[in-house]
Amino acid sequence: MSDPEYLALRNITIAYGKTVAVNDVSISVPQGELLALLGPSGCGKTTLMRAIAGLLPLTTGSIALNKRDITRVPANKREVGLVFQSYALFPHLSVFENVAFGLRLRKISGDQLQQRVDGAIAMVGLQGFERRLPKELSGGQQQRVALARSVVVRPSLLLLDEPLSNLDARLRLEMRSELHRLHRDLGVTMIYVTHDQTEALALADRIVVMRDGCVAQSGTPEDLYERPTSGFVARFMGFENILSVTPEGLAGEPGRLDAATSSVRDARALAWRPQNVVLGQGPFSGRVVGASYQGETTEYLIDSAAGMLKAQSPVVSQRFAPGDAINFDLPFDRAVKLAES
Amino acid sequence: MMRMLGFAALGLALIFLLGPFLIIAGAGFSSGDLLVFPPQGFSLRWYGAVFEIERFRESFVLSMQLAVGSTVLALLLGVPAAYAMARYQVPGGEWIRTIVTAPVIVPAIIAGLALLRYTVIPLGLPVMAALVLGHTALVAPYAVRVVTVSLTHLRPDVEEAAVLLGATRTGAFFKVVLPNIRNGMMAAFILGFITSFNQVPVSLFLTGPGVTTLPIDMLAAMEFVYDPSIAALSTLLALMSVSIVLIAERVLGLSRYV
Ligand SMILES: Nc1ncnc2c1ncn2[C@@H]1O[C@H](COP(=O)(O)OP(=O)(O)O)[C@@H](O)[C@H]1O
Ligand SMILES: [Mg+2]
Repeated sequence: MSDPEYLALRNITIAYGKTVAVNDVSISVPQGELLALLGPSGCGKTTLMRAIAGLLPLTTGSIALNKRDITRVPANKREVGLVFQSYALFPHLSVFENVAFGLRLRKISGDQLQQRVDGAIAMVGLQGFERRLPKELSGGQQQRVALARSVVVRPSLLLLDEPLSNLDARLRLEMRSELHRLHRDLGVTMIYVTHDQTEALALADRIVVMRDGCVAQSGTPEDLYERPTSGFVARFMGFENILSVTPEGLAGEPGRLDAATSSVRDARALAWRPQNVVLGQGPFSGRVVGASYQGETTEYLIDSAAGMLKAQSPVVSQRFAPGDAINFDLPFDRAVKLAES
Repeated sequence: MMRMLGFAALGLALIFLLGPFLIIAGAGFSSGDLLVFPPQGFSLRWYGAVFEIERFRESFVLSMQLAVGSTVLALLLGVPAAYAMARYQVPGGEWIRTIVTAPVIVPAIIAGLALLRYTVIPLGLPVMAALVLGHTALVAPYAVRVVTVSLTHLRPDVEEAAVLLGATRTGAFFKVVLPNIRNGMMAAFILGFITSFNQVPVSLFLTGPGVTTLPIDMLAAMEFVYDPSIAALSTLLALMSVSIVLIAERVLGLSRYV
């Protein structure tokens, strides 16, 4: 049975001088889990990863890994791997020697070294590139070397800081599924940092969303995608229309809430995805101010008493043009209730 | 019109830069006994003769030892200094940077005088120690500058990657930093070597009886030697510096660092 608190971050705060980059964060990661740490740029993700790896001291709090308090264990003794956003390969060493670096430090040599390096290089599909220098590789290949170099020493925990953000879109998809396979094959506990929610949703067993150095919400991909609790997470998960709820009803549209069940009355705000806004019928009215064709669908911008709304409808259905007056519906059964907007 | 002016200016600059060298080199090819230009006749006798002159041979060896010794010392001081300033928030780092590059600004003759008056004489340093001290101080700024340039090409996270794979900070420095600034260090060595070898003003104050560098010795010899051997020697030394720089440029890309 795997340990549910294999990695335990307890009340971690990290400050750079007066700037608090991570503020009282507590996260537990079960053994073997792939946790995604999701949040916009500047919310403290890299800071937290560097602290877990031991490259940055905690201001307060503690870190335990596999039942051992590692808060004060130096970085080179933690057995925590980190794949840097920039890959950070050793420029003067070949692919083989990059991967062998950690093994040589562990005094592994000869056949055993050869076998393990070969194995790691094969795992990331770089056979035949052993003698190349990092600068002779593409971004995607460098990324694979960085991965192989980290996993070959069998770390207790593998951290990946936005590992795909420097790759082009097609390669990103390919590497994403390779990472998934790698995690499944190795069973290593992983924290995957990203600012891209589709990456987090596709890869992770569980997602922690960060905002301004704090944990905003955590849960399974389904939890977050279907039931965000705040406007911040809702926006991240594609609920682009967020309307506050006042005692009178929906902001800007008083009285409309009567149509809904009483269950939404306790929410502070309601949110809809663009594709759930029904166009061409319904009790709300507004005016189309923008339409952008996106292939399968058309995205409309609608100005209404409730505010500016984004709607998406299949191209095959009725079309609207900017300037058209329009009726629309916000179906309450497709809304999520938010405790804060 | 502008084009013509440009070419004229370039030609003038070339004459000023290369002219003296060509005159000296030419004078060395004289077959006569006097240092004159244009040379009287043509021979290689003076180029051969310089190797026979005992005092030049001695000061040449001393200048070599001094240049190698002080450049190595300057690197031993300069590399850690450059590393510390590149990687850590050194208190007063900006000041240190300014002071370290100061000899490029302060005339060497003033530096030489100050060193003599306030260090060498009070401490009673032997001549060779004074020379090594002076030349190390002269060369160290080059070492710091050149190594700083090559350090900026190495991201700090490369060292962190080594640490996370199990290396100590010191281990990471030797296994990752040093190999990657090797070319910069070699460039600094070559620049430092040439600077020290050709150095006059600082050495002028610090040389003493029986211990003298080649350029100072040549300066002294010129007062009573009138034959073309000095011209031949100067030409050979200039060619040595130029070939070292050219080779370094081909192998290391020296100009990237200065
Ligand atoms: N070395 C540093 N010194 C001072 N402030 C920093 C430093 N590194 C990051 N910060 C600040 O800490 C906050 C979090 O940064 P970071 O952890 O890099 O965020 P993320 O990785 O989520 O983009 C930001 O406000 C950033 O400006
Ligand atoms: Mg970051």
